[in-house]
Amino acid sequence: MSAWEWAQLALYFVVLLLLAKPLGAFMAAVYEGRIPGFVRFLAPVERGIYRVCGVRPEVEHNWKQYAIAMLMFHVVGFVFLYGLQRLQVYLPLNPANMAAVTPDCSFNTSVSFVTNTNWQGYGGETTMSYLTQMLGLTVQNFVSAAAGMAVLVALIRGFVRRQTNAIGNYWVDLTRSTLYILLPLSIVLALALVSQGVVQTFRPYQTATLLQPTSYQQPKLDAEGNPLKDGQGEPVMDTVAVSEQALAVGPAASQIAIKQLGTNGGGFFNVNSAHPFENSTPFSNFLECLAILLIPAALCYTFGVMVKDTRQGWALLAAMTVMCLGFLALCVHQEYHPDPQLAALGVMTTDGADMPGGNLEGKEVRFGVANSALWATTTTCASNGSVNSMHDSYMPVGGLVPMVLMQLGEVIYGGVGSGLYGMIVFVVITVFIGGLMVGRTPEYLGKKIEAHEMKMASIAVLAPCLAVLAGTAIAVMTAQVSASICNPLPHGFSQVLYAFSSAGNNNGSAFAGFGANNPTMNLLLGLAMLTGRFWVKIPVIALAGALAAKKHIPVSDGTLPTHTPLFVAMLIAVVLIVGALTFIPGLALGPIAEHVQLFAAK
Amino acid sequence: MLIVMTVLTGLIYPLVITGIAQVVFPSQANGSLIDREGKPLAGGGAAAGSALIGQPFDAPQYFWGRPSATAPFPYHAGASTGSNWAVTNPSQTDAIKARVAKLRESGIPAGQPIPVDLVTASGSGLDPHISVAAARIQIARVASARGMSEQNVRRLVEQHIEARQFGIWGEPRVNVLRLNLALDAVRAESRLAAVGAP
Amino acid sequence: MMTTAHSKSRPLFDPPIVRRALLDSLIKLHPRHQVRNPVMFVVLVGAVLTLILFFQALGGHGEASPLFILAISLWLWFTLLFANFAEAMAEGRGKAQADTLRKARREIVAHKLAEPRRSAAIVPTPSTELHKGDCVLVEAGAFIPLDGEVIEGVASVDESAVTGESAPVIRESGGDRSAVTGGTRVLSDWLVIRITSNPGESFIDRMIGLVEGAKRQKTPNEIALNILLAGMTIIFLMAVATLLPFSLFTVTALGHGDVITITVLVALLVCLIPTTIGGLLSAIGIAGMDRMIQANVIAMSGRAVEAAGDVDTLLLDKTGTITLGNREATEFIAADGVRIEELADAAQLSSLADETPEGRSIVVLAKHKYGLRGRDIEKMHAHFVPFTAQTRMSGVDMSGTRIRKGAADAIQRFVEAEKGVFPPNLRSTIDSIAKKGETPLVVAQAANGGPARVLGAVRLKDIVKGGIRDRFAQLRTMGIKTIMITGDNPLTAASIAAEAGVDDFLAEATPEAKLKLIRENQAGGRLVAMCGDGTNDAPALAQADVAVAMNTGTQAAKEAGNMVDLDSNPTKLIEVVEIGKQLLITRGALTTFSIANDVSKYFAIIPAAFVTTYPALGALNIMGLATPQSAILSAVIFNALIIIALIPLALRGVKYRAARAQSLLSWNLFVYGVGGLLIPFVGIKLIDLLLVALRLA
Repeated sequence: MSAWEWAQLALYFVVLLLLAKPLGAFMAAVYEGRIPGFVRFLAPVERGIYRVCGVRPEVEHNWKQYAIAMLMFHVVGFVFLYGLQRLQVYLPLNPANMAAVTPDCSFNTSVSFVTNTNWQGYGGETTMSYLTQMLGLTVQNFVSAAAGMAVLVALIRGFVRRQTNAIGNYWVDLTRSTLYILLPLSIVLALALVSQGVVQTFRPYQTATLLQPTSYQQPKLDAEGNPLKDGQGEPVMDTVAVSEQALAVGPAASQIAIKQLGTNGGGFFNVNSAHPFENSTPFSNFLECLAILLIPAALCYTFGVMVKDTRQGWALLAAMTVMCLGFLALCVHQEYHPDPQLAALGVMTTDGADMPGGNLEGKEVRFGVANSALWATTTTCASNGSVNSMHDSYMPVGGLVPMVLMQLGEVIYGGVGSGLYGMIVFVVITVFIGGLMVGRTPEYLGKKIEAHEMKMASIAVLAPCLAVLAGTAIAVMTAQVSASICNPLPHGFSQVLYAFSSAGNNNGSAFAGFGANNPTMNLLLGLAMLTGRFWVKIPVIALAGALAAKKHIPVSDGTLPTHTPLFVAMLIAVVLIVGALTFIPGLALGPIAEHVQLFAAK
Repeated sequence: MLIVMTVLTGLIYPLVITGIAQVVFPSQANGSLIDREGKPLAGGGAAAGSALIGQPFDAPQYFWGRPSATAPFPYHAGASTGSNWAVTNPSQTDAIKARVAKLRESGIPAGQPIPVDLVTASGSGLDPHISVAAARIQIARVASARGMSEQNVRRLVEQHIEARQFGIWGEPRVNVLRLNLALDAVRAESRLAAVGAP
Repeated sequence: MMTTAHSKSRPLFDPPIVRRALLDSLIKLHPRHQVRNPVMFVVLVGAVLTLILFFQALGGHGEASPLFILAISLWLWFTLLFANFAEAMAEGRGKAQADTLRKARREIVAHKLAEPRRSAAIVPTPSTELHKGDCVLVEAGAFIPLDGEVIEGVASVDESAVTGESAPVIRESGGDRSAVTGGTRVLSDWLVIRITSNPGESFIDRMIGLVEGAKRQKTPNEIALNILLAGMTIIFLMAVATLLPFSLFTVTALGHGDVITITVLVALLVCLIPTTIGGLLSAIGIAGMDRMIQANVIAMSGRAVEAAGDVDTLLLDKTGTITLGNREATEFIAADGVRIEELADAAQLSSLADETPEGRSIVVLAKHKYGLRGRDIEKMHAHFVPFTAQTRMSGVDMSGTRIRKGAADAIQRFVEAEKGVFPPNLRSTIDSIAKKGETPLVVAQAANGGPARVLGAVRLKDIVKGGIRDRFAQLRTMGIKTIMITGDNPLTAASIAAEAGVDDFLAEATPEAKLKLIRENQAGGRLVAMCGDGTNDAPALAQADVAVAMNTGTQAAKEAGNMVDLDSNPTKLIEVVEIGKQLLITRGALTTFSIANDVSKYFAIIPAAFVTTYPALGALNIMGLATPQSAILSAVIFNALIIIALIPLALRGVKYRAARAQSLLSWNLFVYGVGGLLIPFVGIKLIDLLLVALRLA
């Protein structure tokens, strides 16, 4: 790995952290109702939305009302999205004549986009019409992200407010997140991406004449569509000549912008941001990668501003960044040290001035190893799930990194809103243990952490773990599993574990060789996504309600300080130990076994 | 609320972006199509391809791109995919062995190591690029197949090296389609020159 | 007074207590007892399950060798027994204490009075048949039958049965020393007592209940911790339970290797769930109350002990807590034209018969500074005039000379009545003394009908207790604010507050003002601790979060408080706070230790469990454990033994030092976090070596 790659990685984090403060301050202002001047022209739109929807913005919700509003909104969104997929064949904007999506795939996809997971069991360019992508998927990209941010803001209010039931108005939080934050950022990003070559068109798929026509073999079919066999029982093959290349295009940039900014990750095309039309140049890659962590990182600062102690926000951001850098280093190191067997085959894998080197299977030359590993790390730190390289073909431990990052609960930056509220749940647990060690009933930001808070925090930590472990266990016991995995064990097991880690933690990335588009996996993964999202969200809203009702305790020298490097270190330890210990046995049967086998054999 | 949001983010937003994109970046927004001279395709006419999407090449007179895992044929731009094979998958090892063998057959001497990007499938299956080293190692074959001097081919390769973007991002690389189009253009030129010379 | 606390403390492993605890730990194996603790209940289920597997293995259908299963099972039972033993040990110390108390609760025949006065008719009644409101006469040598209030008489009472303090205390009707405790003995004189509790509800009964932990309820923080531990147990249960399908799938797909056995799964589960803290949790709580008892403080609930750790505001009475209770003379200041020796002489004369501490201190000061010896007042035919509320002076009359000392305005009245003049210069001196928070006494002399003459002033000063300033500084680093409560005027109070180093003070305190102060602090989110003894303290005691009533105090005060200090030492409040903090720290430290332990156990068990499936995983056996079986067994044994090893820590509590939260955290995190990470690596390896040496593996 040359200085160039180091510089690219360093530049990434520098820009990310530099942007965190201004954007964070902006978001804090939006949520506190102090709409900054340069977006105030949108205020009439905001008021119009409330009028049309009959929302009274000044009426605040208690936690139950807030949770119910959130759930209702998602139920309606789910039904709408499901209907859209099933009926797309009858609806306009379907130039490629996509058929209706199967019921199980529609269920899975609807759950997936409503829960901000954006797991895709299907290939975008071969399944979804433009209308479905826009009205269904893009819309959920916005609102599922906005819903996550709303819940975070409600939780922050829980810390800020004293002895009240009100934790804010869900509709207001949702509208403001979308209108003032996600939409403007998406417009800027989308146009920047188009300038780099990301497609944005309603034209049908384009065709190009191949410079060198090619051909392929396909089995000959009889009248009923069954393959014909020859005398020996071998299928009869037809040679098909190909002289044209059909280029799948569509309104991609607008969707990609929000898929990155809203930590959604659901690509327009099957291979997501590895596709040249979805991520055309190294610079578009930088922008998209930056967009993954931009809002989650900035929300830390928003948190600091809103609780009136920015040190608290920086501390969380520091914890996240340290963990992210550690995992990134591991991933990069692994990917630069590919299968030693390759050298024996006469393949050059060392990187040099004229080649990126490393493990390039499933990676694009324009990104190279460093930018691919960076993306793999950030997309799983955040619950984004978009990919610019195929994680399935990573080195065993290189692929373990994204898997573990998801299993930690998507709290290292994490999803927009969901990452930080997930991290705050870990903070609650850390403060509880740390608070005991300084001899006081634990408190965070002046709020006592007692039995009820521990209960909610425990449920929020438990639910994704249960979804991942139980989902994987059931999946490997089904008959379907052997057809779904495309690699021999132990990697085949890793594929299943990765799928459920991704679904249970609402990431959406995959070891993409895993055949998930079948009724069994669609159902199981859908349930895992629902558990992982709502069994975290609802306890978090309840936590917000309980905290808001509490008195505020003034800080003294006896209070556990939660902004110090020591606390950051302890938080990291708790996240790693509580988050990861659960999965070590499973990982041992997957990537760890694969790693020791690969390197022990040599 | 959902209806309002749908209209706002599902209709107005993509339409606005499409509108602006089609006006400001018409070429990029429609797939960066190029003609046979490698210039952006203006108006109608048959596209020679997209500057961003690779094409399958296995003839000796063309530079070869990276292996592609798309089905049913490589570089099928309507169904992008990677191989998704694990590094420990025997199929992967076999595939690499076959690719190495094919490259050796094409004239790369046994002692010379082959750049890894030439034997591993890209993530999208549509990767338009190969590394500079991967292009250089094919110069001898292409030159001999085309009856051009290695020097001329080399010059063409060096001209087609795309540097790091803005001097920092990405990896130096060669766009295979553009290079091959340029090769064909050289041949067309020389033919023209041959015809017009007397 | 502190010596009594030490005289009561027992060695940690007192043989009788250990004997009883051993038996109790067997009794506590009952599922009804175990189910209260989710972590240990899981261990119990695991122990039963492996025992069944052992019998199955004996029948020849086992999943592993019967010996191995038996070994695992036995160590799981040991784990349970060790945890029970810890709890039993903690209770045992309380029980031993209760036995002593129970001896005091003997049945006696009381002299019940028909009417509430001494002269009324006496009806002999067994103490068990007395009721609230009955009056009894207790004479010298007799035991007080039940808790009550003195309504007539003064007597010295031996309360050592309750307090351990052998010096008798005075009990009298009215005032703040009227409460008596059942089971204590009248030494001299007699008392008429109105009974204030029914049999079985007396103070001693409640104490017995408390120290025995019979009705021990989980405290709020303990409940919260239990939820966290239960949550972790569920997570690990899932992790281990799903391992079976994972292993089954892997083995089926690979076509070789052995599916992980139930025994190994149970072993892994028990090693992962936080058994260390789970097993010691209740022992820590009981031991916390026990430490209170050893400090001679009876906490009415575990909740109160816990709350003590959270206290961030301490209300302390000035007198007795911050100052030595009495003022001392520190300087004579002569009026113009008066020799200082003359003033000292007069002041000493006027105080010779004055038995108040202030008076004595004047005599001492005159002697030390001016070499004036005490004289025999009788021989001088002097007549002592004691202090009265009316004159607000005291003094001495002798051979026509009258010497008076008292507050400035009282002396002024005296001097002017005797045709003297109060010198204006002295007035300013007096004011400056008062401004410093000290008390000026003025001395005047009137001789043989002549005009009275003011000789000068004596400076009286409150003496702040030695070391108290450091103590408050410590409290400040712990984040605790101290507020001094005093009846003095604001000037005096401010000066003493500054000298003692308290953060704030409440001057001219009335019960209402105290109550208001507590409420204000609580409204600001603070937890307030105070101590009190008088009946008029009761409302404030009831309002405070941690309220320590003095044992010498009134019944009303004792009922309003949630702790009773048997030593009646107001400084004890600080110790109470420390014990509370220590309790929480011990819990936190062992939780951290318990969780940190898991890392090494994975390294022991995971390679062992899957070595037949993926032999390459043997690379993770970084401890180099001999065989898969010895690895698993070593981890289980370590897990059990660490409970035993930590019992002394759980009972004694983590050493507490007054420090800022930040430094406490870093120290405890280092010791219990990093220690918890590393120790098991060493421990498991040693056990493994031992197993190999003994040819058990």
